[in-house]
Amino acid sequence: MFFLDHIWLIPLLPAFGAAIMFFFGRKLQKATVSAVCVGSIVLAFVMACGAVSQYSAWSSTPENFHKPYQTVLYTWLGTDTGRMNYSTRGGSPAAFRADAGFLLDPLSSIWLLFVTGVGMLIHIYSTGYMAHEGGYYRFFGYLNLFMFSMLTLILANNYVLMFVGWEGVGLCSYLLIGFYFHRKSASDAAAKAFIVNRIGDAGFLLGMFFIASYFGSLSFMDVTAAARSGHFAIGDPIITAATLLLFVGACGKSAQLPLYIWLPDAMEGPTPVSALIHAATMVTAGVYMVARSNALFVLAPKSMLVVAIVGALTAIFAASIGLVQNDIKRVLAYSTVSQLGYMFLALGVGAFAAGVFHVFTHAFFKALLFLGAGSVIHSMSGEQDMRNMGDLGHRIPTTHRTMFIATLAIAGIFPFAGFFSKDAILWETWSREGGAYRILWYVGYATALMTAFYMFRLMYLTFHGRPRMSHEVEHHIHESPISMTAPLVVLALCAIVAGWLGWPHSLGGSDRFTKFLEPVFAGEARVLQEEGRTSQLVAGVEEEHNTGTEWLLMGLSLAAAGVGWGMAWRSYRHADKGYTEPIAAVAPPVYDVLLHKYYVDEGYDYIFTGRRKLGDVRLGVLGLGAASAWVDTNVIDGAVNAAGWITRLAATISSWWDKWIIDGIGVNGPAILARMLSYPARLFEWGLVQWYALVMTAGLVGFVFYYVYH
Amino acid sequence: MESMLHITTLHYLILGAALFLLGVIGVLTRRNVVIVLMSIELILNAVNLNLVAFSRMWGGLHGQVFAIFVITDAAAEAAVGLGILIAFFRNKETVNVDEVNLLKW
Repeated sequence: MFFLDHIWLIPLLPAFGAAIMFFFGRKLQKATVSAVCVGSIVLAFVMACGAVSQYSAWSSTPENFHKPYQTVLYTWLGTDTGRMNYSTRGGSPAAFRADAGFLLDPLSSIWLLFVTGVGMLIHIYSTGYMAHEGGYYRFFGYLNLFMFSMLTLILANNYVLMFVGWEGVGLCSYLLIGFYFHRKSASDAAAKAFIVNRIGDAGFLLGMFFIASYFGSLSFMDVTAAARSGHFAIGDPIITAATLLLFVGACGKSAQLPLYIWLPDAMEGPTPVSALIHAATMVTAGVYMVARSNALFVLAPKSMLVVAIVGALTAIFAASIGLVQNDIKRVLAYSTVSQLGYMFLALGVGAFAAGVFHVFTHAFFKALLFLGAGSVIHSMSGEQDMRNMGDLGHRIPTTHRTMFIATLAIAGIFPFAGFFSKDAILWETWSREGGAYRILWYVGYATALMTAFYMFRLMYLTFHGRPRMSHEVEHHIHESPISMTAPLVVLALCAIVAGWLGWPHSLGGSDRFTKFLEPVFAGEARVLQEEGRTSQLVAGVEEEHNTGTEWLLMGLSLAAAGVGWGMAWRSYRHADKGYTEPIAAVAPPVYDVLLHKYYVDEGYDYIFTGRRKLGDVRLGVLGLGAASAWVDTNVIDGAVNAAGWITRLAATISSWWDKWIIDGIGVNGPAILARMLSYPARLFEWGLVQWYALVMTAGLVGFVFYYVYH
Repeated sequence: MESMLHITTLHYLILGAALFLLGVIGVLTRRNVVIVLMSIELILNAVNLNLVAFSRMWGGLHGQVFAIFVITDAAAEAAVGLGILIAFFRNKETVNVDEVNLLKW
């Protein structure tokens, strides 16, 4: 039980590597850096294998039958003092608690194995790919930090710790996409990835808040048990809201419509980053989260329908864009978005095991495709445009053969991995009741055809046809070192074999993959039955009736793959300099729209970011800034200016009043009055002395008369 | 001659009044400042006459003593008046009382 008890070491080993890189990385030799970082992942992989095998043994004992293994290191958020108590929507008391706890059950086992496995292979590959690049220790430090975050995400036993890992992978994605930060395009792409992720994270957080307030707990086991208890009705509005919000978070992280825009730009990062983060691990985090919340999603059929529709639409949308892209990594990026759409389609129709199976197989062949593309780019001295490649097949044979295997896998050719997983998804979609699901099947089928076409287009343009590169590049073409080709070979083997784990019953297999996942998704079978849907998880009855249909559908999907391959073979087999794109030849406007990715980025620039103006008006975030600036300049400063103007006006009036009224009438008025009165008064001042004497005498006589006669 | 007019006090008073009146008219009317001063003397002397007449009437000497004072006072006043006249003449080169009109508006 050593590995199980010390399962917390698994994320901690790469964290340790990242810490060493952070503190001492600059002074270390490249060999030391490789040893520490790759070694930590190798150890993590070994521990992961040990943990999963010990878990299998542990969970097959009678008392622990099909139970998940949980171990809590310490209480991270939460307290015994009762200060974090609250009451749920239903009124029952709850305490907010998020432990640093680890959960191992079949679902996280699968993720654990392929994350550490593929991560290990990519780390080994990177030692070869980044050998001549600067910032070697920084790259491996970031990669290890990413592995730590991803493993925390997978092994967390509650939503909050998972969110910590969620944010951590977003951060590492930013750091790694912007690894060549001198390039503006790279730093722009990194910012775009982080910001779009953040939008999704807002949805995730809101979903978590709903769950916390509705269920009173954020731990997966508690929430799943509460959801399966039958206490909640199917179609509960709060659960629908919560699951839709969680899905928004998944759209951001796993690049679904409308938040997929960061993934193609993320190809600015080094190719191992694209392989690890944007193919195998980070983008599957959304799928993991939805699968982990399957008990909640099952209670909200509307959310599941939304998930399925968004997944299918994303699949066909991205596939259509991938048909005409010229950058080899862009094609693979859109292919990733498209395959992620398939995974969400599977989750949305209730085929959780099929979706997880596709994640599993996709990790191998997509990582292989990206690493192979990296090998091609490495041999082409940095050229990424397929128009300048060609005829590389016999010059880089290992890369060619392994990529060919991966292409067969992704196109869904029997018996390679992608066939089984994709077919499982399509079969589950077809067998659901309801016309909507048939439409989704057609969408998925068309996407499968497109997938085969653009993948083989990639193969032919890169490895076949006539050489279209310049002569200096042609001279330098060489096969990659063994540190790069060995992981390619290992992944190719996995791409062949991984699908056999899910060999369907209809072809005589035992579908061990689904059986392995039964404890996680078994509860769903009951609920889905209540909704009257058929389910592959319910063994026995349906299978005999529908085996014929299943074979028919298998044949159809093989046919689609074959048709796609054939169309690509016809158009690109002999691609020479100045080859024509068939779509451009038939319908140039369609080609233009697809080449410009449906102008979605431009549309977002008009509407959401506001980097482009619609006429004179700027919308979106920058438009809000412009509007705020306008309000500040015109309204607020206008108010201030108006206040000043009013003050000046008051001062003018006041001074006028003072000058004309107060001074004029108040002060000068009496003076003028006095002057005017003086005119008659001064008439008496003749200056004649005798006149004065006369007046005196007259007065005297008057007095005398008065006294005499009174 | 018994039908001669008895000179009573009244006659002296009337004479005094007439002299006073003449003096007042002279002060008010005459153009020359010297004549005005003389008229003022006339007024004062008329008052003297009045005083002496009443002194004769009542038999005491109060009136006469008072008259001596008035004569003294008139002499002083004439001296001062003539001093003012000289100053006035030095300023204005004339003794026309109408020329004393600096306070005219």
